[in-house]
Amino acid sequence: MTDISVNSVSSEKNAARIRLAQRIALRFGLYAMLLVFALYYLMPLFVMLTTSLKSLDEIRTGSLLSLPRDIDFTSWATAWSGACTGIQCDGLQPFFWNSVLLSVPAVFLSTLLGAVNGYVLAQWRFKGSNILFALMLFGCFIPFQVVILPMAIVLGKLQLAGTIGGLVLVHVVYGIGFTTLFFRNFYVTVPQELVKAAKVDGAGFFRIFYSIFLPISPPIIVVTVIWQFTQIWNDFLFGVSFSQAGTQPITVALNNIVNSTTGVKEYNVDMAAAIIAALPTLIVYVVAGKYFIRGLTAGSVKG
Amino acid sequence: MTEWLEKHAPKMVLAPSFIAILVFVYGFIGWTAYVSFTRSKLLPKYDLKGTIQYERLADSPRFEVALTNLAIFGVLFILFATIIGLTLAILLDQKIRTEGPLRTIYLYPMALSFIVTGTAWKWILNPGLGIESVMHDLGWTDFAFNWLVDPNLAIYTVVIAGVWQSSGFVMALFLAGLRSVDNEVIRAAMVDGVSTPRIYMSIIIPSMAPIFLSAFIVLSHLAIKSFDLVIALTGGGPGYATDMPATFMYAMAFSRGDIGQAASSATVMMVIVTAIIVPYLYSELRPRHD
Amino acid sequence: MTETTQSILSIENLDKSFGAVKILKDINVSIEPGEFLVLVGPSGCGKSTLLNCIAGLEESTAGDINIGGRSMIGVAPKDRDIAMVFQSYALYPTMTVGKNITFGMKVRGTPEAEQQAKLNEVATLLQIDHLLDRKPSQLSGGQRQRVAMGRALVRDPQLFLFDEPLSNLDAKLRVEMRTEIKRLHQTLGASIVYVTHDQIEAMTLATKIVVMKDGVIQQVGTPNEIYNHPANMFVADFMGSPSMNLIPAQATSSGNSTQISIARAAGDELVLNFDREISGLNGSGSKEVILGLRPENITDPLSIVAQSGQLADCQIDVVEPAGSDTFVVTSLGGKQVTARLRADAEVMAGQSASLAFDLTKASVFEPDSGARIA
Repeated sequence: MTDISVNSVSSEKNAARIRLAQRIALRFGLYAMLLVFALYYLMPLFVMLTTSLKSLDEIRTGSLLSLPRDIDFTSWATAWSGACTGIQCDGLQPFFWNSVLLSVPAVFLSTLLGAVNGYVLAQWRFKGSNILFALMLFGCFIPFQVVILPMAIVLGKLQLAGTIGGLVLVHVVYGIGFTTLFFRNFYVTVPQELVKAAKVDGAGFFRIFYSIFLPISPPIIVVTVIWQFTQIWNDFLFGVSFSQAGTQPITVALNNIVNSTTGVKEYNVDMAAAIIAALPTLIVYVVAGKYFIRGLTAGSVKG
Repeated sequence: MTEWLEKHAPKMVLAPSFIAILVFVYGFIGWTAYVSFTRSKLLPKYDLKGTIQYERLADSPRFEVALTNLAIFGVLFILFATIIGLTLAILLDQKIRTEGPLRTIYLYPMALSFIVTGTAWKWILNPGLGIESVMHDLGWTDFAFNWLVDPNLAIYTVVIAGVWQSSGFVMALFLAGLRSVDNEVIRAAMVDGVSTPRIYMSIIIPSMAPIFLSAFIVLSHLAIKSFDLVIALTGGGPGYATDMPATFMYAMAFSRGDIGQAASSATVMMVIVTAIIVPYLYSELRPRHD
Repeated sequence: MTETTQSILSIENLDKSFGAVKILKDINVSIEPGEFLVLVGPSGCGKSTLLNCIAGLEESTAGDINIGGRSMIGVAPKDRDIAMVFQSYALYPTMTVGKNITFGMKVRGTPEAEQQAKLNEVATLLQIDHLLDRKPSQLSGGQRQRVAMGRALVRDPQLFLFDEPLSNLDAKLRVEMRTEIKRLHQTLGASIVYVTHDQIEAMTLATKIVVMKDGVIQQVGTPNEIYNHPANMFVADFMGSPSMNLIPAQATSSGNSTQISIARAAGDELVLNFDREISGLNGSGSKEVILGLRPENITDPLSIVAQSGQLADCQIDVVEPAGSDTFVVTSLGGKQVTARLRADAEVMAGQSASLAFDLTKASVFEPDSGARIA
């Protein structure tokens, strides 16, 4: 009797030890896999960064994955102010400012319109307002190729062809759907009784908006601004279709630098230019990643 | 007067945006669809000429390549992005201490422009100096990686770059879904002695059907619209080996001066998107209660 | 154009439809100054819609609402001289308690000094002076409730509207706030329309109760009338907890005595004398009826209230001691019937016990229409 119980105790202990070892092995495997994935995602950024700091010689002779022997910032300087985008050789600098000039008003306007539209569609519904919302939402999903041709004609008629103003208009119009969706889904969670209470208190449509709804909106404003900024900064299709030499946004300029066929291929300058073009949205992402992710998921999952 | 204003304020506020959408989305779609039935070439013409443009599209080997590429790219892109995204989400859901930083790393490509992504991968996949040279340095001297310049394989480089950029986003979607699964059900299953993989297979993943749908919608949408990535990575080449409907349309509109072909290919894209999006939007916007 | 009515609120032939669905049908209600009207009914009965119509938050389809003798057709909520307390409290989340209470006055351009004076007065009355600088998110449920009431009180309107104000509170707090509201009503002499689905709230607060079902008023009356003389089986069943026993029975009249017999599981009949006339049962004859008997009218023989009762032995199925009383369940006429005994009544499940049936307070209903016939 006693033997058996002693045995069972020691086998219990053994089993526990094995379970523990299994757990540790499992955790180790888990972290190893996560690490491998992390390296996969980081590798292109690493390559871009190291390549941009190498000299052309080192690039040709060295390895893609090696660290630069001497850190050399000249390609960054070239990318910023000397690289050729076609015939012009002023680097990315002017195009960077074009993108800023274009994003700021477009983000502001589309966010503002989205806020008031969302407010109406969530809290002041009327007969048919859900259909209006569906129609606006559908506008987010169209392939923009289908509007490019008529847009080019209309921008021409409005004397906005090839101007930054024209691009602002385009981005606002095609951004409204998403911004409206964001605000509408945010405001829909606000109890309707709040509007009722304010109505009984004597406040009207606009008063309720700026006294009650706007003050609760900072989280969704941040999400929307980040989303819109990322979209507009990273846009290429509208930029390449509706701009001309002096008004191109940075993505178009980057593509021109990389694909310019004149002269020696300067991979380090290409990479420095790519990082410069990516930097604003990357910074936003690192600083406010939480809101960025919220925007991404809000854009695809209905609230 | 103020009463009237107050009563109609909601509609008046919505009107400008709605009219803009009506004109710039629906009006423009209508215009493009209309022009796709004309003989427009360098300039738009407005007399209807039947389905000639669609017949030309059907006869165009280049458009056939574009559609085939879209199919290859679409299927592989959606498949791999979903698998990687789901795997990452499940791995991250195991109470990982460094979840925050890892999530940041997996998702940052989503903040980049496709042009940047394309530029980076174009360099990494460079036949002479990219991955190939790394493998040579590692001693694998007969390793050849020239997909970027191989007309039959170039489209797969677009898949590689596309998956790299978008799989983190799918992970974020699934992670949010995993976190919203009813905890009590999971606890009940654990008490019942169901193993962790089994809980995922039988309980958690099936309950995330809506997330799969969302991921599918977003990814297919990205696939159809993919334009920047192709331009930056391969420029549609070699030749037109990596053309997609989006780049085909752009080429017709802006370099070939063939508005008719541009309009009809854009309309084809629109039809594909509509076929995917409309049922989705319909099911999402349908009132669920009362 | 002389207004003869003294009513604070009078609703005349009000209809409300959403599309083809009629939410409210021919509503007629009025209240006098100082009355506490409770609209009660199950969810979806239209009581909240009616309240929203009174507030002007929803437009009625037909009929009229008068507040203070003035027709409210086309009058905006802000111009109706009303204040409203909401179920979710509807406090403005970014404003402090003080700002929440004064927001209405601010919108209307009331001078700052007057706003402060009124705020202090109301804050003192509701004992929320110490909370004025807090945000709603920093308050407990009961405190939010008080702030919501403060926002209404500060308006000093002709008519207060309460939309299920206590339903988000826990049970203990709900009883406290109920007393508080009753006290406020008594001290201020305010006219109130109060919506609830809780019949106990209705009974304890109201001077007048309106019972609604499917958009139709079932009965209007004092709590006493509603409780003791329910107009139909719905009201009988809805008001009171545990609810009234509704027992299928046979009423037989022979000359000047009426008897009610109830079938029992054992096959025998329980026959009880009934001392009132049942309409539709003239002189002699027999008729299927539903006997409505509240649990407190079926007691144990030793109870004081059992004196006017008629004794009968019943098989006890379930015993539920509730502290102050003991409820027992027996089966009569094929229904589970609840009786309310003294706490220390000696009964055991599965055994037989003698119960006293007091039919002086019984109601009798027509089985098909559900209408009261005695």
